Amino acid sequence: MDLQTLTFLFVGITFTLYIGIAFWARSGSTHEFYVAGGGIHPIANGMATAADWMSAASFISMAGLIAFYGYGGSVFLMGWTGGYVLLAMLLAPYLRKHGSFTVPEFISDRYYSKTARIVAVICLIIASVTYVIGQMKGIGVAFSRFLEVDYETGLVTGMVIVAFYAVMGGMKGITYTQIAQYVIMIIAYTIPAVFISFMLTGNPIPQLGLGSEMADGTYLLDKLDQVVTQLGFSEYTTQARLSTTNMFVYTLSLMIGTAGLPHVIMRFFTVSSVKAARESAGWALVFIALLYTTAPAVAAMARLNLMTTIDQPNAEQNLAYAERPAWFKNWEKTGLLKFEDKNGDGLIQYTGDKKTNEMVKVDRDIMVLANPEIAGLPNWVIAIVAAGGLAAALSTAAGLLLAIASSISHDLLKGVWRPNISEKDELMYSRISMIGAILIAGYYGFNPPDFAAGTVALAFGLAASSIFPALMMGIFSKKMNKEGAISGMLSGIGITLLYVFQHQGIMFVKSTSFLGDMNPNWFFGIEPNAFGAIGALVNFAVAFLVMSRTNKVPKEVEKMVENIRIPAAN
Amino acid sequence: MSSNNNDYWKANIALIVKCLSIWFVVSYLFGIVFVDALNVIKIGGYKLGFWFAQQGSIYAFVVLVFYYAKRMGDIDEKYNVHEK
Repeated sequence: MDLQTLTFLFVGITFTLYIGIAFWARSGSTHEFYVAGGGIHPIANGMATAADWMSAASFISMAGLIAFYGYGGSVFLMGWTGGYVLLAMLLAPYLRKHGSFTVPEFISDRYYSKTARIVAVICLIIASVTYVIGQMKGIGVAFSRFLEVDYETGLVTGMVIVAFYAVMGGMKGITYTQIAQYVIMIIAYTIPAVFISFMLTGNPIPQLGLGSEMADGTYLLDKLDQVVTQLGFSEYTTQARLSTTNMFVYTLSLMIGTAGLPHVIMRFFTVSSVKAARESAGWALVFIALLYTTAPAVAAMARLNLMTTIDQPNAEQNLAYAERPAWFKNWEKTGLLKFEDKNGDGLIQYTGDKKTNEMVKVDRDIMVLANPEIAGLPNWVIAIVAAGGLAAALSTAAGLLLAIASSISHDLLKGVWRPNISEKDELMYSRISMIGAILIAGYYGFNPPDFAAGTVALAFGLAASSIFPALMMGIFSKKMNKEGAISGMLSGIGITLLYVFQHQGIMFVKSTSFLGDMNPNWFFGIEPNAFGAIGALVNFAVAFLVMSRTNKVPKEVEKMVENIRIPAAN
Repeated sequence: MSSNNNDYWKANIALIVKCLSIWFVVSYLFGIVFVDALNVIKIGGYKLGFWFAQQGSIYAFVVLVFYYAKRMGDIDEKYNVHEK
């Protein structure tokens, strides 16, 4: 069977599976819609969290970024896993004990204030929508390649499918579908990695293959360093992401952001107990680590295969454009890969020097999907990867849309404006808000501010600077009052947005970036995507300053905090 | 807060501090700040600092979360605040 048919077959089978599950487990009540009835087993919940969490950014984009950032890409690896340590110890068990449907609901109870709830909803929506935008880029890339159409058509197709799928399900449907999606995703990610690792090093375990010798006796990483430096790129294993300070802050920002993202936190409302919440975070991390420790191997091996396919030790024997392989042509169709014969010799020169480099566009986001084709793996492997990429994009988009929808319908409508709204109306409004969010995200999908993983990193910065500090102080400080929490959230997300917008344009419209996207203007050389950690510090500082000058927390709220710290009911 | 619950909370904080110290060392110190110094050492084809940044820290995180869950389970029992 040819690749196109196989891909349709695999994608078709997996989609039927998801829709079947979503239909079988569809939600009748709001309790099921938001928290799946609160009775999901920790391992099942861990798997669903992992699928929810590992988005198009992790599956499609991350290894591609690492392939080009080398060591500098480690910020994503550490940042997106280390956050679970914070989540498991600082937030999940206590939030589960409190038992609410949504993150703003907890904030509203803890800070005895509707204003706090509205501020939390706004922060949550800004962070989640930015996150969905990152997914849209990934969805566009995956669908355009899979349908062999241009990026824009791929994006629209993807939007329609996501909309249909998320609106129908609710949390109960989403949880069970995500378990299926995790399985598809991890198989799709691992199989090509095992093949390629075995082909290059003789060791089928990618985590070990990356540190092994190749057939000629040199270590794979040494070989890669040698190849890329000869062509004028930075050394793979040591190229830092801008600076040590930037890497430190970037990693911290991603970790705090992970623990502050509402769609991940919500997952811990769905387990049965405090103990289960702690364990579930561990299981989620196990399932995530399976993919995250494979990713560096995928990255390095993809880069090596790409370079050695195009560039030869003797430049006159480089790949001729006329003889380019099928994957090259297919990706050219999407517009994400571009060649320009600068010296007119018909051969492809891919170098680190802008003047002589003829691969004028190699979108980082295509690397994972292109990788099995570049390595010449059988068609069925390539088809599985396509299905996995789509699973990743769909599962996260659905989880995020649910977080957005619940914060609008449950927190704003029911919580603030219309407390008497019926369950049925609440469900309807939450579905309408999902559609709205898809449309906004789709617009930015057409004008993506960055690579998928970059945009997603931005969303983490926003969550890190607003939600995480408010939650943590709510649990660990009995004295934190509403005035402190509200001003903390506003100043944290405010300064982060200001920093991002001044460098990347207001609402990401490039022409409005009044300080320019230039390194010399960056505060301590910290890039906008990494600024969330600074925003979080500002949040904490402002909150404690304001608290010290305003009213004390009411007695019953102190009691509530004491209560959420203790697992036993009382 | 009763003194029992107070002691329980202190035990929890002490455990968190211990776990987060390890979390900080394996990622921020080994993987970022001291990466060049550790890169002098090689295990197989991996430079050690690079290994911590792209592999080792992640393994450590997994162990930490389960260790915390296990120890907290014991602490819950010890102070008799576990869920019934």
